Amino acid sequence: MAIIKAEGLTYTYPIGTKPAFEDVSLNIEKGEFVILTGPSGCGKTTLCRCFNGLIPHFYGGKLEGEITVSGLQVSEHPIHELAQHVGMVFQNPENQLFALSVEKDVAFGLENLGVPREEIRERVDWALKMAGIYGLKDRAPYELSGGQQQRVALASVLAMQPEIIVLDEPTSFLDPLGALRIFKVINDLNKKLGITIILVEHRLDLTSKYANRVMVMTKGKIVLNGHPREVFNSEEARLIGVGIPKATRLYQILKAGGVDLGRVPLSSEEAYEAVVETLAR
Amino acid sequence: MIKIQDLHHTYPNGVEALRGVSLEIADGEFVAIMGQNGAGKTTLVKHINGLLKPTKGTVLVDGVETTKVSVATLARKVGFVFQNPDHQLFSETVEEEISFALKNFGYDKKAIKERVDWALNLLDLTEYRKVSPFMLSGGERKRVALASVLAWDPKIVILDEPTIGQDNRQKERLRQFIMQLNKQGKTVIIVTHDIEFVTECKPRIVLMANGKILAQGRAEEILTNQELVNRASVVLPEIARIFHNLAEKGFPRQVIDVYEASRILLQKLGEPS
Repeated sequence: MAIIKAEGLTYTYPIGTKPAFEDVSLNIEKGEFVILTGPSGCGKTTLCRCFNGLIPHFYGGKLEGEITVSGLQVSEHPIHELAQHVGMVFQNPENQLFALSVEKDVAFGLENLGVPREEIRERVDWALKMAGIYGLKDRAPYELSGGQQQRVALASVLAMQPEIIVLDEPTSFLDPLGALRIFKVINDLNKKLGITIILVEHRLDLTSKYANRVMVMTKGKIVLNGHPREVFNSEEARLIGVGIPKATRLYQILKAGGVDLGRVPLSSEEAYEAVVETLAR
Repeated sequence: MIKIQDLHHTYPNGVEALRGVSLEIADGEFVAIMGQNGAGKTTLVKHINGLLKPTKGTVLVDGVETTKVSVATLARKVGFVFQNPDHQLFSETVEEEISFALKNFGYDKKAIKERVDWALNLLDLTEYRKVSPFMLSGGERKRVALASVLAWDPKIVILDEPTIGQDNRQKERLRQFIMQLNKQGKTVIIVTHDIEFVTECKPRIVLMANGKILAQGRAEEILTNQELVNRASVVLPEIARIFHNLAEKGFPRQVIDVYEASRILLQKLGEPS
């Protein structure tokens, strides 16, 4: 069953003259790992704001068409109710953190839901460990680095154990090893716990191998929607200017030069294997 | 010429951010400072434009100690674009934002207009001239911050995480733009986590960890050394990872660029059988 279903969705901000996105239809099944990408200003962040009801409830404006998330019609259910099903991690963590300690920030959502004290402690500890910031739990979020704040924002969402997690460039401030670890955590949440992941990203080298689907938006429309191998190897993706993984680029350049690696690699590991197989042929 | 000698910096809260950094950057160099969160990268570059003063050690810009001149004087020479543009922008319109420093530096009206036009055009912002910077997207605000610094034509340009929030096309433009600045003889220093971006522009790499410089050298040399980069919380770029594994099959190891990788592989794999 579709966990997110949109039909002919069009949205215009209160101050907007033209829609931020137009006539978007999509069907995301439970347990999918979807990457949403496309040029800046294409409407992907705006689209994500519909998934937890920030649009229309917080931003106002005009939302046309239908969208249901976890079986709830977004326009009919308030943000706090949708938030129990959908967790959001935003691009700029400063906008999301407010409590006096990391631990309190991560516990906040659970306290609001009236979760028993002991369970809060367990879930908060688990989330802090998953995000790799257990050692920072007594620190104030505002005195942390951008990368550490990004982990706090992720832990806050993890603690809620939602069915769907939407992440908008969640590692942009993290050092490369930190980013790699977070992507592995996100992949574990998806593969081990079955949480549906929607990841908004420009940097696709480290993430493509985890996804079963890529959606590319441009100018307010979803123009490509399919398996990462098909999407990244398509001529359209190149023309739109999607950041095609280096491994896939390598495949394409080799193919243009007359060498076929046999299958489209999405990561350095896959590219290495394909090269070794081709060498042995 | 930037000359940093045994630089230490301890913040008022007691955090020892830099613990003995020595570094020389020649005029016209292009350098990327990389390393783990909290390694002291931003603290280091803030010493170059005098925003921070050494706790111990010296920082010389063109032979002058940064403690001997005001931040404003130094700013004409050293332009600094912050990681988060919101820490930098404050004006009501993009145009005013870009003119602000020019006015402070005492340029006349005509020169200000010319330079603002030039910077707007350069960063593809002309259509936003009269718009509030706060109405723009994160990536656009970043470009406004960059335009406002480049407008006064500093000799040294420092960019803290310039690729955050930029899509692939904008990144490619930024890359061409940095290369162009560098070609014009400007010293360009970037602080970045964007390992794939670095493989495309190949600056000299300064790798930092725990308030110290761990290693420095050519991008091909530093970014293909797995043990070294991991110590700085950096990972191998994708192409380097492929060649790291291929090295035992007789391939060169120091490859980070997709085009060079293709040339090498085409040579080995492309022979007609």
